[in-house]
Amino acid sequence: MSASSHAPDQHHGAAPVGGKIWNGFTASLGILIFIMVAVLAMRFLRGLGAVTNMNDGYPWGLWIAYDVVVGSALAAGGFTVAFITYIVNRGEYHPIVRPALLAAMFGYIQAALSVMFDIGRYWEMWHMFWPKYAQVNSVLFEVALCIGTYTMVLMIEFSPVVLEKLGWHRPLKILNKLLFFFVGFGVLLPTMHQSSLGSLLIVLGPQVNPLYQTTMLPLLFLTSCIGMGLAAVVFEGTVSSLAFQRPLEKELLGKLMSVGLWFMAIFLLLRFSDLAYRGALPLAFKPTFVAGWFWFENVLFALPLILIGSPKSRGKRKRLFLAACSMALAGVFYRFGGYLVAYDTGAGWHYFPSVGEIAVTVGLIAFEILAIIIAIRMLPVLPAAGGEKPVVARSSLAARGRVD
Amino acid sequence: MAARSLPRAPCDEPEGVEPRFGIERRLFIKIAAALTAAMGLPKSAQGAVAGALQTARRPSVIWLQFQECTGCTESLLRAEHPTLEKLILELISLDYHETLMAAAGHQAEAARKSAMAENKGKYILVVEGAIPTKENGVFCKIGGRTAIDLVKETAADAAAVIAIGSCASWGGMPSTTPNPTGASSLQEILGKPVVSIPGCPPNPYNFLTTVVHFLTFGRLPELDKKGRPKFAYGRLIHENCERRAHFDAGRFAIQFGDDGHRQGWCLYKLGCKGPETYANCPQILFGDAGVGTWPVGIGHPCIGCTEKGIGFEKPIHALAELLTVTPPTQFARPAEEQGKGISLASAAAVAAVAGVAVGIGAKVASNLGKHDDQDAAAEAKRDEKNPG
Repeated sequence: MSASSHAPDQHHGAAPVGGKIWNGFTASLGILIFIMVAVLAMRFLRGLGAVTNMNDGYPWGLWIAYDVVVGSALAAGGFTVAFITYIVNRGEYHPIVRPALLAAMFGYIQAALSVMFDIGRYWEMWHMFWPKYAQVNSVLFEVALCIGTYTMVLMIEFSPVVLEKLGWHRPLKILNKLLFFFVGFGVLLPTMHQSSLGSLLIVLGPQVNPLYQTTMLPLLFLTSCIGMGLAAVVFEGTVSSLAFQRPLEKELLGKLMSVGLWFMAIFLLLRFSDLAYRGALPLAFKPTFVAGWFWFENVLFALPLILIGSPKSRGKRKRLFLAACSMALAGVFYRFGGYLVAYDTGAGWHYFPSVGEIAVTVGLIAFEILAIIIAIRMLPVLPAAGGEKPVVARSSLAARGRVD
Repeated sequence: MAARSLPRAPCDEPEGVEPRFGIERRLFIKIAAALTAAMGLPKSAQGAVAGALQTARRPSVIWLQFQECTGCTESLLRAEHPTLEKLILELISLDYHETLMAAAGHQAEAARKSAMAENKGKYILVVEGAIPTKENGVFCKIGGRTAIDLVKETAADAAAVIAIGSCASWGGMPSTTPNPTGASSLQEILGKPVVSIPGCPPNPYNFLTTVVHFLTFGRLPELDKKGRPKFAYGRLIHENCERRAHFDAGRFAIQFGDDGHRQGWCLYKLGCKGPETYANCPQILFGDAGVGTWPVGIGHPCIGCTEKGIGFEKPIHALAELLTVTPPTQFARPAEEQGKGISLASAAAVAAVAGVAVGIGAKVASNLGKHDDQDAAAEAKRDEKNPG
């Protein structure tokens, strides 16, 4: 039960990276966040119309398509890695659990924040969670409740890291005993709302181009988000190993990517057989913008299979990184495709994100990056470098104690 | 009503009005009061106006008609008050008017010439209709001479030049895209500002009031930038509209004959151009045709006939731009905007974000490539050391 009894997967002690937080890069992130705050001040004082290009025909703009739908899918690494590590019981993935959870937590915080920006009457947001007002038949209700709950679960999952840093050993001990429940819950919830994000498009019916509109959407969203989440973990692992001069867990990330490859293949198989079954495939060969977008996505989905299809190529850092970029972008474009490009609400309606909307999205991304940098520098997230003694080696995130 | 309390100054003893204008003295005073009010003058000026109406020398008026439908003249003559046209015709000496004069052919031209010669520098020139300019103006000729010629010749010695109706004021319907004849306004032809009374047709009172102002004070009323008398065109229709309360409350007719339309709600969503059209229709109504009779009053959206670029140019049911007030943000917007497409700024922002992302990605990739090369070199070395 105690951490020491599971020594084999314990040798990766985590430690804060330390170092100065403020430099040119983080200061630029600060400026981007400041711009976002200024735009948001306008948005909250003068309404959505003052800042965004959203309208009755396009009530979901960039903030929903990117910050919520894409943002949460990129954060899917949290639950996938937790699933692989704790439920499939592969202890070797332990060193990347914390970075994955950290990225997932801020990804979901970003999603939750942008929902708050996006809701017109934000002061009535609490109605969603109030049984008297809740609209239990709505897909959006399911998504909102699920994302809200999962964001809290992620915080609980990540809290041992903070408790370690603070040196609060007693609460940590209690939490470690309960954590198995949250890890299990934390794997279940994202599968629910990631597929519901696809169901949202089903609800829009014929307004979504038949190339995208299918009852398979929930499954397509789920399979693609797993690939995106894993790719994001690989991306972040690679970039942080470069940025903080930490050893790159090359083999581990390569294995993760091979899991992602399976999901890319499943996705493409599902997508094309569904299109053929529905007879919508001819639409892909019409010279339309949507069709062009559709093919671009599919190339991105297929590219990782070519780049790192062989085990040898998975040993190359550059290929691994490019494949991860492609895998993540494929899902990003797929979601933009479904929510904005293939969505046509009728003649006369237009949407393209305004500068203000883009500024908020960029600011939120900057916020996420800055928060992750600060967390990595101050908290025991990344595996300790080389022979360096980890600050707290023994107590890691740990439903493992139970689930193992 | 107003006449009863009017002080009797010597000049406003309207003794001869009954035989001259064929109306009762009381009615005459009422009209004088109405004109004074329309000009925006104080009550005390009523006496001066009434006096001028009786005593001022009748100015000679030359009324030219070009690309027009005679609607302006018709609306003057068919006004609800049988007295109005009488008043107009009695106040001025209409020496040349193709619709009304008995003379024809050379006789008519001679009338114009002699009026010009007799009243050189004193006559008023009124122009009705647009003036074609393409092909040297051959599209409109009178007595073998083009409209451009005629108007320039007649305007040269006029004391005042008035453009009546939208066509003469800003080109009107004949100038609607694609404007095959190059129809132009009087102002454009003469190259100088003239008094414009736009409207299709304009309210006869606005014309009459302008003339009376000239008679009373010897000068024209104050004009706005487009040459329109401020007393008539100083405010938006929207500002004094009888349906304005419905606009402010967000109650709109959506279709002709729907519930809102039957209840007299705001016509903005049917395309009413009141919010961007300057005219005094809500106050003095449209064609002087009786109570409540102006387009908005009878349930048709204003088409913006007094405004260049709006009347005959903007589709009748296209939404007007809100020039002055917009409802507070807490209210439902009067019309749902259908959204904007891509703008230069947003495209640039997207391109910048994409550029930065691709740049960082490429840099990371090349960095990783170097590491890969180092790995490969190390591996090769190891293989050399331990062959097999």
